[in-house]
Amino acid sequence: MQASTPNRPEAEVIAAILAGETQLYHELIRPYERSVYLMALSYMKNEAEAEDVAQEAFIKAFRNLSTFRGDAKFSTWLISITLNEARNRLRRQGVVRMQSLDEPPDEAGSVSPALMRDWREIPSEALERDEVRRLIQKAIETLPEIYKQVFLLRDVEELDVSETAQTLSISISNVKVRLHRARVMLQQELAPQLKTIGRAQKRRWLPWS
Amino acid sequence: MVIECKHVWNYISEYLDGTLPEETRTIVQRHLEHCEICSAILDSTRNIIILTADDRVFELPVGFSERLHARIDLELAETER
Ligand SMILES: [Zn+2]
Repeated sequence: MQASTPNRPEAEVIAAILAGETQLYHELIRPYERSVYLMALSYMKNEAEAEDVAQEAFIKAFRNLSTFRGDAKFSTWLISITLNEARNRLRRQGVVRMQSLDEPPDEAGSVSPALMRDWREIPSEALERDEVRRLIQKAIETLPEIYKQVFLLRDVEELDVSETAQTLSISISNVKVRLHRARVMLQQELAPQLKTIGRAQKRRWLPWS
Repeated sequence: MVIECKHVWNYISEYLDGTLPEETRTIVQRHLEHCEICSAILDSTRNIIILTADDRVFELPVGFSERLHARIDLELAETER
């Protein structure tokens, strides 16, 4: 019953949904499930609540689809709805945000990377290990909120700088500064740990060498 | 022109994104040719960015999609009435 829509331009799919082919909404959102969930998780910090926020965001996006203007990408619009939903929920729960999202980024000074003399590439296969995944998740989760948002949008969701700026309603130069800080903070936190793991892994796999 | 390591660190992110002005990029590159510390910092940061972008780092909870699409079906049924 569901028409599949490989390569059909998103704008067309949206027009078709608005014209009554509502089942197409399932296909429209499929590529964005993970992004929406991740952004919700970055605020809610709890899987069940993040899932709730994500569902709510998809429903709201459907109800408001006729207000979507083609000047932004659908994904950017969807993520904005998600962030609003998450913020509203936290507000209702009486959670006071410790940091304003518009806080000028500069007063904390610069961040320094972890120093090392050599780096042996950690291959992506290392991510098959729970331990490595958990290490990275935790490092991202503990980034200060304003850096984490920018990092997730830019480096995990792979939005470009101006889409990131638009989604978070901050300037492009703020995006750049925050992204830089986030990346350096992650290097500082993760590089020493990953380096140790890289070595330990070798011993474990090749005990006879 | 010669720059110190500390200054190179300010350019890590833009260097990796390839958005530095030509002149700055050349200065940084020249520094990297003889500084193993800054080279290791750049390499590790690049490596970490690649790892964090991997889909395996954050996975959707089991059953997430099924529950989401079931919820959407309810919503669609509502609208049709
Ligand atoms: Zn150096």
